[in-house]
Amino acid sequence: MKALLLRDLRLAIRSGGGFGLGLAFFFLLAILVPLGVGPEGGTLGRIAPGILWVGALLACLLSLDRIFALDFEDGSLDLLATAPIPLEAVVALKALAHWLVTGLPLTLLAPGLGVLLNLPPAGYGWLVLSLLLGTPALSVIGAFGAALVVGLRRGGLLLSLLVLPLYVPTLIFGAEVVRRGTEGMALATPLALMAGISLGAAALLPFAAAAALRVNLR
Amino acid sequence: MSIWEYANPKRVMQSSAWVLPWAIGLTVLCLVVGLVWGFFFTPDDYKQGSTVKIIYLHVPSAMMAINAWVMMLVASLIWIVRRHHVSALAAKAAAPVGLTFTLIALATGALWGQPMWGTWWAWDPRLTAFLILTLFYFGYIALWAAIENPDTAADLTAILCLVGSVFALLSRYAVNFWNQGLHQGATLSLDKEENISDVFWLPLLVCIAGFVLLFVTLVLMRTRTEIRARRLQALLARERVA
Repeated sequence: MKALLLRDLRLAIRSGGGFGLGLAFFFLLAILVPLGVGPEGGTLGRIAPGILWVGALLACLLSLDRIFALDFEDGSLDLLATAPIPLEAVVALKALAHWLVTGLPLTLLAPGLGVLLNLPPAGYGWLVLSLLLGTPALSVIGAFGAALVVGLRRGGLLLSLLVLPLYVPTLIFGAEVVRRGTEGMALATPLALMAGISLGAAALLPFAAAAALRVNLR
Repeated sequence: MSIWEYANPKRVMQSSAWVLPWAIGLTVLCLVVGLVWGFFFTPDDYKQGSTVKIIYLHVPSAMMAINAWVMMLVASLIWIVRRHHVSALAAKAAAPVGLTFTLIALATGALWGQPMWGTWWAWDPRLTAFLILTLFYFGYIALWAAIENPDTAADLTAILCLVGSVFALLSRYAVNFWNQGLHQGATLSLDKEENISDVFWLPLLVCIAGFVLLFVTLVLMRTRTEIRARRLQALLARERVA
């Protein structure tokens, strides 16, 4: 299992594609939004939580189809399916690898971009915490979507259509945590609900994704 | 004699051929009576004027938009558990009908919202949840259309339907968090003190019955079409081999 995780991480970093692309997209978004919206600090600070969360979500979406597509094409997914570890664990590991190369760097990059967007000082801690708790859900849900469309040659557009509504609760709660954090309101409920979505998705969706993979490999 | 006999496509074709004329007749009857009664023989609301009559299209279609998804969920479950092809085909047949109801509900809601709330669209929890439901319908239909092998498509869409139901429910309650909306609460419940007045309620009830029947009729017709299409494919495949 460790070998599989290391292999996925190595592939993601060396092939240069997915790893940098999501981060670069996130970075560009945080630079372009102030240019488009105008420099007034008040407006920017108010929309910063939402912009950062939407940016993180879209950056995640960019690299989703790589989770299974490359392995499906060169046949290594068939080998993984017949390997002694269960397919559910393979899915979970692949989602974890995806999170390590997109969700985690995004979380670490976000405070820096918060400065560009005039995020109020109270929001930084909550921004990092909410992304840390919320991005795993994005990766797991994404892995499920990728497993559904892995057999299709051009699944990219369909993948985003399928995954987008699934991302809605995470986005709402995540942005709500940061918004409430910047305004100093109570935020235990959305935070707990978001963590609940992440944990629930991580616990249950690998089974759904593995079922979809088995259908696609049939 | 059990309900599972209807898993046999032949039985389904026979019994639906018998039910269908009745379903069509009752649908037309209910819809004509309900809509004519609602549009021409009910008083105007003292606040809303005649725009209140949009209710006879808006409420039934919104109800059926959700119920259609529930029906697809049940059909998908039956397909996953017992692998009856008719059930998968019924789920496939229901999706575009449900999508149409969703779009009707959104459109009539916008037409109603404009004079009453002063806006076509508001990011109200119910409206947002419906928009998300529309996305789910589009995704479901697109996934059916994208996959060539019918069994693979049935399996994958069934999984999507199960997961999507959970997330649709989650979104429904998530959006409550973020905005307290303009949309009024339920006024048709059977157990509430304050409900809609009987003058509007009775024709609305007939309209709801009409929309339920309309859904049943359309799904039956579309399922029959799907079964025939499947038979045609089988025939063509057999001819190619022979």
